[in-house]
Amino acid sequence: MDTAVYDQAATAAPAPWGRVRRSRHLADRVLRIVCTLFTLLGAFVLGWILLMLVVEGIGGLSPEVFTETTPGPGTQGGGIANAIVGSLILTVLGIVIATPIGVLAGTYLAEYGKDSPLATIIRFVNDILLAAPSILIGLFVYILMVQPMGGYSGWAGGVALAIIAIPVIVRSTEDMLRLVPGSLREAGAALGAPMSKVIVKISWKAARAGMVTGVILATARIAGETAPLLFTALNNTFWFSPNLMGGVSNLPVTIYQFALAPYPNWRELAWAGALIITLSILALSIVARLLLKKDKVR
Amino acid sequence: MSTIALNTSSAIGNAAAADAGAPVRIAVRNLNFYYGDFRSLKDISLDFYDRQVTALIGPSGCGKSTLLRTFNRIYSLYPEQRADGEILLDGQNILSPSIDVNELRARVGMVFQKPTPFPMSIYDNIAFGIKLYERLSKAELDGRVEEALRKAALWDEVKDKLRQSGMGLSGGQQQRLCIARTIAQRPEVILLDEPTSALDPISTGKIEELIEQLRSEFTIVIVTHNMQQAARISQFTAFMYLGELVEFGPTTKMFMNPSKKQTQDYITGRFG
Repeated sequence: MDTAVYDQAATAAPAPWGRVRRSRHLADRVLRIVCTLFTLLGAFVLGWILLMLVVEGIGGLSPEVFTETTPGPGTQGGGIANAIVGSLILTVLGIVIATPIGVLAGTYLAEYGKDSPLATIIRFVNDILLAAPSILIGLFVYILMVQPMGGYSGWAGGVALAIIAIPVIVRSTEDMLRLVPGSLREAGAALGAPMSKVIVKISWKAARAGMVTGVILATARIAGETAPLLFTALNNTFWFSPNLMGGVSNLPVTIYQFALAPYPNWRELAWAGALIITLSILALSIVARLLLKKDKVR
Repeated sequence: MSTIALNTSSAIGNAAAADAGAPVRIAVRNLNFYYGDFRSLKDISLDFYDRQVTALIGPSGCGKSTLLRTFNRIYSLYPEQRADGEILLDGQNILSPSIDVNELRARVGMVFQKPTPFPMSIYDNIAFGIKLYERLSKAELDGRVEEALRKAALWDEVKDKLRQSGMGLSGGQQQRLCIARTIAQRPEVILLDEPTSALDPISTGKIEELIEQLRSEFTIVIVTHNMQQAARISQFTAFMYLGELVEFGPTTKMFMNPSKKQTQDYITGRFG
């Protein structure tokens, strides 16, 4: 019976060549060239921005940048130490508020809510929040906190940044938990582990690298945010006050103000600040990538 | 075409003979199972004997895995699945709502088709299940982990790397790790859902030897697509088709002299 099958195959007419029309080959080539061109264009613009940042920023970098506070109008030298520290405080504050909320909400969506109506609504609202203009979030926190508290504060800035980070973390947490195979959850349940134990000890552990990466990327995202800080933490030319009340100096708003100033030393500091932020975000992204890669190898 | 039948008959007798006098451990009575509106088990009644291996065989979709998944109520993770009828474990109906499913699952362990090591160390993979229900000192826990790994014939291969990830083991080792994890909880019944279908012949051989040894302590139910395997390792065999139990009896009788023509046809490879 087997030989009959082979005979049949041998006598079948060979596949005719040249059936694919020339126009299809041409279309294929054109699309490939157009795609390559636009990729190069995108990479070129990005490279241009980075190059300009490095060229202009490196000149402004000096030890004073990291040790001295922002200079007043018309004075020489100065640094942005207060803005760097202020940005660190605001970013850490934002991510400390956002991480538990984002991780737990993402866990709810992936493990409990799944396709229930409530989960579907939360997911939809989260997607809207993910795309909301950040200036709106700044205004929202202005009304929520700055007005009632009678002034700008680091707390308001931290909350505004947290609201930007939360949807990012919710999304990444849910996506990463959904990648955990259901068989692993079944295996945990089959040992008599209650759902809470399965989630905390198994699902979270399996998705850990991806979840941490999501938090790091959210950190990178809020580190460079300007608009939500304009109405909340504002800015300051001094060190922050210990209770974080009043304006807190920070890099993005300092860059915004200094870049438009008529003083050369201010503009130089703005370039230096922009370079520092960009390099920090780059470093965070590299750490995130390494974490994911390490997890895949294992 | 008759080669399959010849192979299976020559394999029969390798396993110990069925002990018809063994007490009944699990009694299934008029069990129906539904995936949504679809009735996938029809009025199943069947006994599983203490410390015997019972194989569930039948073509894909016949309901053998579904039946297995009712014994620890793992199906209840999915809201659209439900069972009615009775499953008596030592006389107690485990389908009753008053049963704590987590406690039930500690008594009725399960090993899956694909090895499912948890993303933690080999040691923690075993300790995880023990710690759910027992408070033990470090020394006692160490002892239990070693005991489980020895029983699963894995100890010699992993004793020097207990702190390494369980994901780094080979497929066969991972499956024995999952068996070790299950027996570490000291269950009464072990459910095996095609435990060797993802493994190579050598790993399969090791797991089959293991099942033969575990039989002295545990009641074992195994779903398998491999009829030689059913013949080699089981004392009782149940043949299912389209959600119904066609025939059940001692494995030797089922393979040598089945009463139903359908069983005969399936075993000799005429369909399925």
